[in-house]
Parts: sequence; structure tokens; C-alpha cells
Amino acid sequence: MIELRRVGFRHLDHDGRPDGDWVLRDVDLTVEEGELVLVAGRTGVGKSTLLGTLNGLVPHFTGGELVGDVLVDGTSIRRTPPRELAHLVGSVSQDPLAGFVTDSVEEELAYGMEQLGLAPATMRRRVEETLDLLGLAGLRSRSLRSLSGGQQQRVAIGSVLTMHPRVLVLDEPTSALDPTAAEDVLGTLRRLVEDLGLTVVVAEHRMERVVPFADTLVVVEPGGRVRSGDPARLLQDSPVAPPIVQLGRLAGWDPLPLSVRDARRRLGGLRGRLGELPPADLPTVPGEVLLRARDVSVAYGARVAVDRVGLELRAGEVTALMGRNGSGKSSLLWALQGTGRRRSGRVDVDGRDPHDLSSSEARRMVGLVPQTASDLLYLETVDEECAAADHQASAPAGTCRALLDRLAPGVPGDHHPRDLSEGQRLSLVLAIALSARPRVLLLDEPTRGLDYAGKDALAGVLQDLARDGHAVVVATHDVEFVAEVADRVVVLAGGEVVSSGDVVQVLAESPAFSPQVSKVLGEGWLTVPQVRDALEGMS
Amino acid sequence: MTRPGRELHPGAWWTWALGLAACASATTNPWLLVLLVLAAGVVVVLRRGDAPWALGFRYYAYLALLVIVLRVFFHAVLGGDQGAPYWLDLPSVPLPEWAAGVRLLGPVSASTVLSGLYEGMRLAAILLCVGAANTLANPRRLLASLPPALYEVGTALVVALTVFPQLVESVQRVRTARRLRGDAGTGVRALRRLVVPVLEDALERSMTLAAGMDTRGYGRSGDRTRGQRVVTGALLLAGLVGVGIGAYAVLDPTTPGLLGGWMLALGVLLAAGGLVSAGRRVRRTRYRPPQWHPADLAVAACGVLVAVGVQLVAQSDPLVVNPPLGDLPTITLPALALVLVALAPAVLAPPPPLDAAAPADEPARPQGALR
Repeated sequence: MIELRRVGFRHLDHDGRPDGDWVLRDVDLTVEEGELVLVAGRTGVGKSTLLGTLNGLVPHFTGGELVGDVLVDGTSIRRTPPRELAHLVGSVSQDPLAGFVTDSVEEELAYGMEQLGLAPATMRRRVEETLDLLGLAGLRSRSLRSLSGGQQQRVAIGSVLTMHPRVLVLDEPTSALDPTAAEDVLGTLRRLVEDLGLTVVVAEHRMERVVPFADTLVVVEPGGRVRSGDPARLLQDSPVAPPIVQLGRLAGWDPLPLSVRDARRRLGGLRGRLGELPPADLPTVPGEVLLRARDVSVAYGARVAVDRVGLELRAGEVTALMGRNGSGKSSLLWALQGTGRRRSGRVDVDGRDPHDLSSSEARRMVGLVPQTASDLLYLETVDEECAAADHQASAPAGTCRALLDRLAPGVPGDHHPRDLSEGQRLSLVLAIALSARPRVLLLDEPTRGLDYAGKDALAGVLQDLARDGHAVVVATHDVEFVAEVADRVVVLAGGEVVSSGDVVQVLAESPAFSPQVSKVLGEGWLTVPQVRDALEGMS
Repeated sequence: MTRPGRELHPGAWWTWALGLAACASATTNPWLLVLLVLAAGVVVVLRRGDAPWALGFRYYAYLALLVIVLRVFFHAVLGGDQGAPYWLDLPSVPLPEWAAGVRLLGPVSASTVLSGLYEGMRLAAILLCVGAANTLANPRRLLASLPPALYEVGTALVVALTVFPQLVESVQRVRTARRLRGDAGTGVRALRRLVVPVLEDALERSMTLAAGMDTRGYGRSGDRTRGQRVVTGALLLAGLVGVGIGAYAVLDPTTPGLLGGWMLALGVLLAAGGLVSAGRRVRRTRYRPPQWHPADLAVAACGVLVAVGVQLVAQSDPLVVNPPLGDLPTITLPALALVLVALAPAVLAPPPPLDAAAPADEPARPQGALR
């Protein structure tokens, strides 16, 4: 179905000279009809470029130099622009809302067919079929903007399915979704592969969700080379691997387990070696209370986003704020910082309420890294941003740069902030927030777009900050990240706190929130490093 | 009466509203103008939906009031002397020789003010009629019923309509985020902090959208020769010029009649030819295009009837349609009938489907946490 023959790709500068190294090099890949292919690799290695060659966006839309050839169902994309491939390849992007052309579900499903010039009767029939297939029938006349993230992503998938493509290409379809919505979208994908025999190529950071039913794994390595093959075999030394595979590597299981169920069945030996007792966490010495919030409510018109939430943040503690999309996490963070709106309640930092202070005083008490971190950046180079941050925080020159070097060593100072990787850009914004020396630090969805290694690095940074006497709050969907970094978890639903407490206890309470390791080994075990430490302690 | 809600064909509302506007442009009778505007207002209130564009009628009303005030003011200050009785004796400002014919200030007569008022009301009425159409017809559905040749333009407008609220949201988000970097400063630097991230955001979004549209087949086109393109272009251009001259001639009674009607007809014909020629290459189809039902036709007919009717009334009772400034304007039964016809869509049109959004079964995704 798909054939890549010695494909290479590199960007060109304005004068048509090569700009930088090859993004892809000598890629040979064959995908059979009806296969589900998972594309994995570190952030920024060229996964998106590889996917782009399948629908012709690379090189027709992006520019650059493509060597070799890509054949999709016998059609070479070198000579065919993306629009002429539309009936063959359907593409779904990371942010569905940005790709919507019309404004209602039904019209969006029909848009591609209108471009193909299908007969009205056919369009009507396919729209109905697709509404049923994806469980969207109840939403048919809804405005696209009013849908939840998972629903939007399903509409985006539906809008290409109506064209009856042979191949479906998805670039990180679940990165913005909460665990339940992500499950929903991936479940849909699985059904498409099984029921319709569609060939699906998907890039996905949360590999653990796709690996169990992937036929082929394609690992893009730094330098642009690509390895492909059976997932269980390739994962043995892949630079990115889900926790379950890391656990399998640690325990020396062969073949590696790809699902929680596989792992449980092989558990016997490991369970014995670990002993029955979960490792006793070091009792965290609760520091002084840095921020105390009482009865905080936030409302937008008639809609109450946060409902009388009370919270205490202590020095040396990392608190994870969890809950589905729209449960009020962001609103709560902004209200705590003092910049966001608040209907009632009090926030007490050092005897003062950041809401009553000017914005420059408030940021000295509570720092916030917003969801779209790049909103804070507006200058041309990293150095200029750092200098501006020192000035705004009235800190000695070089403070921000020193912080940045601690968080992410080696970020080139003359680069444009937009050209940095996700992780580097996040570090820059974090450094800017920290240069005002707040004791309390709030982060909204910082793990978006970070791979496993990037998340590990961020977890290390946050734990260091906590050890330095900061109180850190992270709002996130990422269960594995929470297991790694947090001491306490607060779960919000509909703006209210539904559970709150020690990380082990809260994550064990609900299956939707339990990390893979804990699903395999049972309560108490949260992360692979824990298991590693336990095993090393024994030997 | 429980008829199911349905959106009327946007063309029906536009025909009706333009008919009313044509009627308003043909008369200076204040009673007739007020009644027409009232009729349009009643229809708007009874038949508008609950979409964002349906809430803008108020702003058209403010604009109309402003137009009347300005018109009266300029007439009083700059208008010519139309004879006694005078209401206000302002000193006249002597103007140099070359400005002969323009008068600044000077005595203000009753007829000056009245003629300003009538003309202002006429302009305001036309404005309100267009406003009514904008309020009643879904702009997207109007675009969807454009001829195929104008598809690209229509898509661009639809995208603009979608992007605009996103841009507003993006501005709000960045403004709030800006405060996280301390006091914003003032002037150009503060503006830059706002504009740079918003523009980068907008650019990124439009690239995503363009890529998405490309992969979904937008712009798939058949082959056309250069000759065909030239013919299409020439037809459209000539048609546009014809329609322009013709419309001017029809509206300005001093141009010879031959130029008006014929030129307009020729222009329309040429433009139609151009559109057909341009549309021939398009291999697209439409999903559920808006359709003309009897009710839609009836509403459109009301507009045509009002536009034609006012011409008939003007022939039989010219003093009713264009009342002399000296006397109190009067209104006759035929003129009142026009107003009734203009009002008819309030009953003829089906009620709009209210609340297009079904009850949410999942929590809606917050559109940025900050609003």
C-alpha cells in the first residue's frame, strides 16, 4: 500500500542551498494494506516529516528537497500535489480545531466530498454512515467549537473518512486530550483498522496506548534513519519506550510485554523478587505552608468553573492537579496566581493576597507557566528574552540565563524562541517565571509535546525546585508523569475537588488514574525507577 | 401553530430586504419610512435566530440614528437658503470667491431642516433594511448558495468568519499572559508584546488550515486553457462595468432612460455569462444546498411587490411619495398596503430553529481558560 524507496529529505534556505542536515535519510519502508503502523521517536526527530511524505505535504507544501520516491497505492507523491491525493490519503492533525474549514459537524464531514465532486445522494449517505460509525449522530448540527476535545478529534477523523481513503495518517491525534478522551479516539482507530481494513499510520507520544495493537513499529532515530519491524523486538533498544516496556526490560522478559495483560501474565518471578511490601516512600517532611486558598470560586457568566476550592501548598511539595478537559484546572491556577478572575474566596501568600497586588508584585509571590507557554515570548532571540526578564524582575543581569542553563543546559542564545524544541521553550518560559523568585510555582499542562526523556528531565527539574523550598503545582493529564513527580494529587471535576491526598493513595483509588506499573504490580508501585531501586536494593 | 423551525433561504431574506430598501430609496415621506422600518423591525424580532450575527440589529439602529443626526446637522450648517420661515438666525461665515455655491452657517430655515430630516430618514431606512437582511440570513448559508465560480471567494470569507473569533480569543489570552511578565510598560513596546505572539499564533493557525484544506482536496481542479481564462475574465469585467453604469443610470433620474435599463440588463447578462464560463471548470458538488420552498418564494415575492408597488404609487400619487416640504405629509391607503406587504414575512416565514446547539452530553471544551 505504501512504499518508501531510499527517501531522504532536507530543508533548503532562501537561496535553495541545503539548510542543516538531512531530516530523513535512506528511508526504506513498506506498509501492507490493512496494517496499523506506529511511528515513534524523540521529539523533533522528523516523525511529522515522515508522515508528511505520505500525504504529499512534504515537499509540496513545506518546500525542501526530497530524494528517493514515495508510492502510495502505486501513485508517486513526487509528481502529485496533496489535493490530488485526497481521495487516497486522509490526514488528521494534532489540533483538530485549527484544521476545521466549516462550522458545523455535518458540513465538516461533507467538506472533503464536496471537493471530490461526489453526487449529493452519495454524500448524504456517507455522512450518515460516518456519523454512526464514530458515534457522532447526536452532535450532527452542533457547532464545532462547542464540542469537547475528544469529540472534535473524532469529527476530524470522520471528515477524512467520508472520502473513503485507503490510508489514514494521524499526527499525534491525542496529545491535547485527557486520558478518557484519548482512549475514546484510539478506540475508534482500532475499530477502523479491524472493521474497515484501513491502513493506518499514526505518530503518538503516549505509545503505551497504541503499542498493544500496532502491527509494525517505525522508530525514527536522530540523524534521520528509520528502523521498522515487529514492536516487541524493536522496543528492546528503542530510545523511547512506554513504562510497561521499561519494566519488561528491567525484569529481562523476552519477548517484551506490550500490554498490561501481557505483563501481568509474566509477573510471577518478579513479584517474588520484589517481595510483598511496596517500598516505603521517604516520609516527606511537610514544609511551611506557602499558599493557602480558601473557598476560591471562578465563574464565567452563569458557568461556574471553580466551585469553592480550598488548597494548601507547602514548601518542598509537588502537587499534581488532575481532571478531565474543562474541569477547571486552568481557571484555578490563574485564580491562585492572582491574574485570573475570581468570584469569591481568599488566597493567602505571606499574609497578602496576590489578587490585590499589581501584576509585577503578584509574580514575585506566585509564578505561572501558562498552557501556551509561547504567549509569553515576543522577542527575537533567547538572549533578548533573558535580558528582558531580568529587567522586568529587577534581578541582576544574567539571573534568567543562569536559571535557563540549570534547567536546560546549552540552549543557544542567538536562536529565535520559536525555533527551540518544545522542551527548551518550556524551560525558557520557566526560567523567565523563576527569575522573579516566586516561592510558589504553577505549571499548566507542561508535558504537552514532550517525549518520555523530556518528561523525565522536567520531573527532575521540578523535584529540584521543590527541594529548594518551592511549592510546585502541575496541572496535567499525564498519569505516568504524575506518578513520577508528584507528592500529592488533587482531582477536580466540574470545578470541585473530588479527591485529594497522597499520590499513592489517590492514584490507586481510581483505575482511570493508575499508571501502568501500578496496574501490573498492584497498589503502591508507581514508577519504573521505584522498581529499579527496589531490585538494586535487594541485590 | 407549531411549525417546525427552519432556516429560510438566505436569498429570500435578501430579496425581501432589498425590495424594502428600494422602496425606501424611492420615497421621502416620513410616515411611510417610519412604517417601513417598523415593519422590518417587527419581522426581525419575530424571525431572527439566536446566532451571533442575529443580535446585531441594535447596532444598525444606532448607526441609522447617527446618520439622521448628521444629515440634519450638515443640512443646517452647510445647506442652501431655502427661504422663510427661519427657525434660527446664525451668523453667516463669509467664504472666499472660489467657494461660491457653498454656504457656511447663516439663517436656518424650517424647510432646510425638514429636507435634511427626510433625506436622513431615507438613508437610515435603507441602512436598516440591509441590517435586517444581515440579521435574518445566515451569512454562511448565503455564501453556500453562491454560484460555483465564486466558490473560492466564498471559502475565503467562511474561513475569515471562523478565524476572527479565534483571533479575538488569542488576543485575550496573550493579554492576560503578558501580565505574567510583570508590568506591561506602555506605548509601542507594550503593543509589540501583544501583537507578536498573536500574529505568530494566527500565522501558525492559517498554515495548519491551509495544509489541512490542501490534503482534503481543496483546489482540485480540471484543466483550463489560457484562452478560456481570458474569455471568462473579459466577460466578468465587462459585466461588472455594465452593471455599474446601469445601476448608476437607473438610480439617477437625470440620465437618459435608454442608458439605464439597457445597460443594466446587458451588464447582468455579461456577468452571468462570465460566471457560467468560470463555473464550468468546477467539479465540486454541494452538500445539502439551501432550497427554495414556497415560504421562501413568498417572502422574496413580498420584497419584489413592495419595490414595484412604490413605483406605481409614485405614478398615481406623486405627492404622497415625495411630499412637499411646506405641508404636513399625508399617507394613502395604497401606501399603507405596501407596509402591510412588507410586514407579511413575519407570518409567512417559518420560525427560525432556536438553539442550534443540542443539550451538551459532554462538558464543552473551555475555549481558553480566560475569558
